[in-house]
Amino acid sequence: MSTTTIAAAPAAPKVETPFQRFVSEFAASRIALFGLVLFLAIVAIAVLAPFIAPQNPYDLAQLDIMDGRLEPGTVGAGGFTYWLGTDDQGRDMLSGIMYGLRISLMVGAGSAIIACLVGASLGMLAAYAGGRTDSLIMRLVDLQLSFPAILAALMILAFLGKGILNVVFALVIVEWAYYARTVRGSALVERRREYIEAAQCLALPTRRIIFRHLLPNCLPPLIVVGTMQVARAIALEATLSFLGLGVPITEPSLGLLIANGYEYMLSGKYWISFYPGIALLVTIVSINLVGDQLRDVLNPRLKR
Amino acid sequence: MSATLVAPPAAETLAEPIIELRGVSKRFSKTLDFAGRLAKRLGANLREEVVHAVDGVDLTIRKGEVVGLVGESGCGKSTLGRMVAGIMPPSDGTILWRGRDLRSLNAAEARNAKLRTQMIFQDPYASLNPRLKVQEIVGEAPLFHGMAKRSEIGTYVDEQLRRAGLDPSLKARYPHQFSGGQRQRIGIARALAVQPEFLVCDEAVAALDVSIQAQILNLFMKLRRELDLTYLFISHDLGVVEHLSDRVVIMYLGRVVEEAPAEEVFRHPNHPYTKALLAEVPRIEARKRAFAGVKGEIPSPLNPPSGCHFHPRCPFAFDRCRVERPALKQVGPGHRSACHLNDAA
Ligand SMILES: Nc1ncnc2c1ncn2[C@@H]1O[C@H](COP(=O)(O)OP(=O)(O)OP(=O)(O)O)[C@@H](O)[C@H]1O
Ligand code: SF4
Ligand SMILES: [Mg+2]
Repeated sequence: MSTTTIAAAPAAPKVETPFQRFVSEFAASRIALFGLVLFLAIVAIAVLAPFIAPQNPYDLAQLDIMDGRLEPGTVGAGGFTYWLGTDDQGRDMLSGIMYGLRISLMVGAGSAIIACLVGASLGMLAAYAGGRTDSLIMRLVDLQLSFPAILAALMILAFLGKGILNVVFALVIVEWAYYARTVRGSALVERRREYIEAAQCLALPTRRIIFRHLLPNCLPPLIVVGTMQVARAIALEATLSFLGLGVPITEPSLGLLIANGYEYMLSGKYWISFYPGIALLVTIVSINLVGDQLRDVLNPRLKR
Repeated sequence: MSATLVAPPAAETLAEPIIELRGVSKRFSKTLDFAGRLAKRLGANLREEVVHAVDGVDLTIRKGEVVGLVGESGCGKSTLGRMVAGIMPPSDGTILWRGRDLRSLNAAEARNAKLRTQMIFQDPYASLNPRLKVQEIVGEAPLFHGMAKRSEIGTYVDEQLRRAGLDPSLKARYPHQFSGGQRQRIGIARALAVQPEFLVCDEAVAALDVSIQAQILNLFMKLRRELDLTYLFISHDLGVVEHLSDRVVIMYLGRVVEEAPAEEVFRHPNHPYTKALLAEVPRIEARKRAFAGVKGEIPSPLNPPSGCHFHPRCPFAFDRCRVERPALKQVGPGHRSACHLNDAA
């Protein structure tokens, strides 16, 4: 050991995990941080809706049909102030939006997670198996991506009928391909890197190489796509519900709330559609702000 | 080709072969996918392309030897190295590990053979998993294969890092916090951790600064003495190989064209390709210009020249070279060369 050159410690003062580095890079953008705070606030509102909403919009007993279509700020018959007005059923819009957010986020996140699991598995399989399996999966992806998502979803729902689970199912069908394509692309690149060969040299089993070495290094682009797809799924769900093929009328999402108020827009009762629309917009914008920054931070081409 | 085998010199008979390649080939084919086949039907000029990355190579490496493998970019050095390291099966031919066919080994024996041969890679950035700490990178395999107990893995990893010339107190860091040379040492520690006898170094210093290169090369030689290692040292840089190797193997487009003790290659090169290479190495500072002056383009391995692959660039080429592949023949003690000129004499 006498001749060994002990390499000097690098300048970095402290052990910095890749995660810590990621956090500090993400926080470098104020607008992204703002988007994240906004999004977390929206999630909190959605989760806590049953506790903080002034009214339970699903409980017909609490609704007073006499309070229908009241302007924002009106005090209702029961002495209740409707800050954002009411819809034609006399439902408090503020509460309706809180509950609607819940449905929209649930459908958006739920479909994104399932689509991600399905898509990522198929993409990984395509990249690792290659050959015919790869061709088959990627042709399916091409087929899926060449078909307008909204059209495909409409057809599926026209066939299956309304319902939250059906909407989630339709969204998974139209979204898995994005995840599959992303994962396959990054897995093909990562697979050729030498640390994978090193793991093979070390006689580690293929399963371990895929899950411990390959997959974690394919996650960054997947996270970016996932974030963007949540926003897309929420928008799609809103569109489907607006067109009357989405969630059932008993559990209105933001899209359905907008649809409900649509016919009153021209008669000046703007608020029934307007406020849910704003909530939808803010939600999607906040997710996209986060997603944009994630893309910049996690993009390997911008680093090293 | 076996007709005129001169008895090998005593030095070569001393050690038993650690690995033997017999007629080993590797072909990569780019088969057309559905869209490609359709395009071909419609008249597009597409065909299934086959690359003969390695073409009928015989090579024996004995215990304790350092064999340098030299050749231009794309001649199949890395592919050969991967097959030797057991992470890529040959398309043809046999690989013997300590005299036994790799394909005849059972799972445990095959795993052992694989572990005994480790690779050191060129790119110190791509060769370490960026998401694992140094201690996980080095400790994963010995822990998994039961070479070290979980309770002892800390000291075990420390020992490997110290051997590779790294300060063990840095083991909780991630690869991005190290310089290129340090990363290369981490890769070496990772290999040492599974107690190999044979290291395949694929351009292991090519990506490093010249001053760091010397440090890493010295480390390899120190480890050779301490751990009794055998090396296959792959490089496109004759200068690096010259100082290190006992024996040098020259490859051209997937085939071995000359093989001899290191001194012999530099003093009495036989093959016109080797001569052309050496002509370009100023004898004092050999580095970096190794291949600058072999005339002509490297032919595509997709479509190699007939007969002797070297004939389009060979100043001595004659008719036979264009049709017949020259076999590797003994031209001196431990010295083999594949050139028809040796028959004419
Ligand atoms: N996995 C693969 N799939 C298809 N072709 C490959 C693959 N690996 C190598 N090849 C081809 O085989 C030939 C030899 O490649 P190889 O990497 O072994 O050469 P090399 O001598 O190591 O070159 P370099 O000095 O550039 O590293 C090249 O033409 C290359 O394109
Ligand atoms: S066989 Fe012919 S072409 Fe090939 S190296 Fe010898 S002389 Fe040149
Ligand atoms: Mg190479």
